[in-house]
Amino acid sequence: MTGEFWIAQTFNGLSYGALLFLLASGLSLIFGVMRIVNLAHGSYFMLGGYVGLSVVWRTGSFVGALVAAGIAVGLIGIGMERIFLRRLSGQTLGQVLMTIGFALIFQDLALLIWGGDPYTIPVPAPLQGVVRLGLSTFPTYRIFIVLVALVIGILLWLALERTRAGAMIRAAVDDAEMARGVGINVPVISLAVFALGACLAALGGVIGGAFLGVYPGADFEVLPYAFVVVIVGGLGSLPGAMVGSLLVGLLDNYGKALFPELSYFTLFAPMALILALRPTGLFGRA
Amino acid sequence: MGRRVLVVCIVVGLMAAGAPLLPAYPLTLLTQALIAAILAMSLDLLLGYTGLPSLGHAAYFGVGAYAVAILATERQVGFAGCLAAGLVAAAVTAALFGLLAIRATGTYFLMITLALGMVVWGLAFRWVSLTKGDNGIAGVPRPELGLPWGLWGALPFFYFALIAAIVAWALLELLVHSPFGLGLEGIRESESRMRALGYNVWLHKYLAFVLSGTLAGFAGVFWAYYNGFVSPVDVQLVTSVETLLMVALGGPGTLLGPAAGAAIIIFLKNFVSVYTKRWLLILGAVYIGAILFAPRGLAGALGRGRR
Repeated sequence: MTGEFWIAQTFNGLSYGALLFLLASGLSLIFGVMRIVNLAHGSYFMLGGYVGLSVVWRTGSFVGALVAAGIAVGLIGIGMERIFLRRLSGQTLGQVLMTIGFALIFQDLALLIWGGDPYTIPVPAPLQGVVRLGLSTFPTYRIFIVLVALVIGILLWLALERTRAGAMIRAAVDDAEMARGVGINVPVISLAVFALGACLAALGGVIGGAFLGVYPGADFEVLPYAFVVVIVGGLGSLPGAMVGSLLVGLLDNYGKALFPELSYFTLFAPMALILALRPTGLFGRA
Repeated sequence: MGRRVLVVCIVVGLMAAGAPLLPAYPLTLLTQALIAAILAMSLDLLLGYTGLPSLGHAAYFGVGAYAVAILATERQVGFAGCLAAGLVAAAVTAALFGLLAIRATGTYFLMITLALGMVVWGLAFRWVSLTKGDNGIAGVPRPELGLPWGLWGALPFFYFALIAAIVAWALLELLVHSPFGLGLEGIRESESRMRALGYNVWLHKYLAFVLSGTLAGFAGVFWAYYNGFVSPVDVQLVTSVETLLMVALGGPGTLLGPAAGAAIIIFLKNFVSVYTKRWLLILGAVYIGAILFAPRGLAGALGRGRR
């Protein structure tokens, strides 16, 4: 275990955590406003990856893939929320069960459309290669992932803390009934947050598709990671999603490098620790 | 209670008497349905009676099944040893996971159980030296019980599974009507009131969790013997999701409803697979349909609901 190894693993964990943040921030915001956990969130990640893949195949444009995946999956999210979930507003368990139904349908549809082969989205030319810093080398693409997550994190934070719409979302998170009472259109807020969450997950799917690949079952494989992130960070909290993503990304990478046979088990440790010490997560409120 | 026992007696009597007349294929489906019914009823103890929606029930089922598969193939352990090991393994897993999961309620509980279930899946998938990974463990022999007839045939094994299902149902029926079971229902309705009345809410929930996991392991033991093959598919998320649907479809908090739900899902799955590979699509649609049109399950739709 040289210093080199630890630097490389830390950096890999950092970039994986950055990807998880794209997924978990939406999941967390949706929970904050609607009080439901969206089990189709991993499906948005997978669908985003597949839509991005198709766009890259047709046009060769990575930016086009990001835009198309974000819009397409955002629209799917809007449809799910508006047509199905809203009918069950107030019945948390029913809504959650319904998102499982959608997750199964999306998984099978993706298999039907894109087949069972694993694919990788090609890394755009300017982001290929490595950056040398002293003795260590860092893949440029992974640096890009970290930067994207950082920018999106800052934008989300500014939007939530500094804008009128953000204030309305925070009000809905704190107390949906009171927010409604003072004239905030909570159903519209819910819809917007759901669409935003879906869109972020799809972006994560495209970006992740270039280093994790796009394959059937990616949805259910990434979902527990997003869950552990929000369990660790606290549901409904943006800083929580950020810290949780970093912790889980790092721990998962160290675990995979040190104990390959027990890799999934590394999820267990951070979750167990946090639940034992702070059942509502690091930044969660009871 | 009396009427439910009567219903079970009639259904079991019909099945036991009719089984010799059935061809092998429907008989194996019925056997599968019985094992799935044990699993669904074990989840009902948590979801229906205690109000805890577990999305990781395949974990305990799988741990029980893997315990049998490993011991029966590598160590040639007999039925009693495998059964005990399967139950203990599932109980220990549930006791460990319960410590984490029981701290949470509602959505949090669901997420934690899902993540814990995926941890078990990850071990089954990647801990190749123990579980043979993706290939699974094949060649689990049917148990030798020292009876004059073997369990290799479809019919004897069907009776074997039938007895297991009756045992599981009887235990659960006694449990949910005991003061402990009524305590669980009280917790489902109002945790704070039960706490105010002096009940140890945590202990009630924890014991329900461990018992439910152990019974799921019981189902897993029979599944390993029935299927002769255990793989990560048995512990994957879709298996947990199917189990949850069996309970939701049949009617949570009725035991017999989830058992019927299990039979419906098993028959539907096998019926659909004859025509198409799109089982997940149909499963998802059934899920959404059931939640929209029969939110309290078949038992609720039939107008019986909860007592």
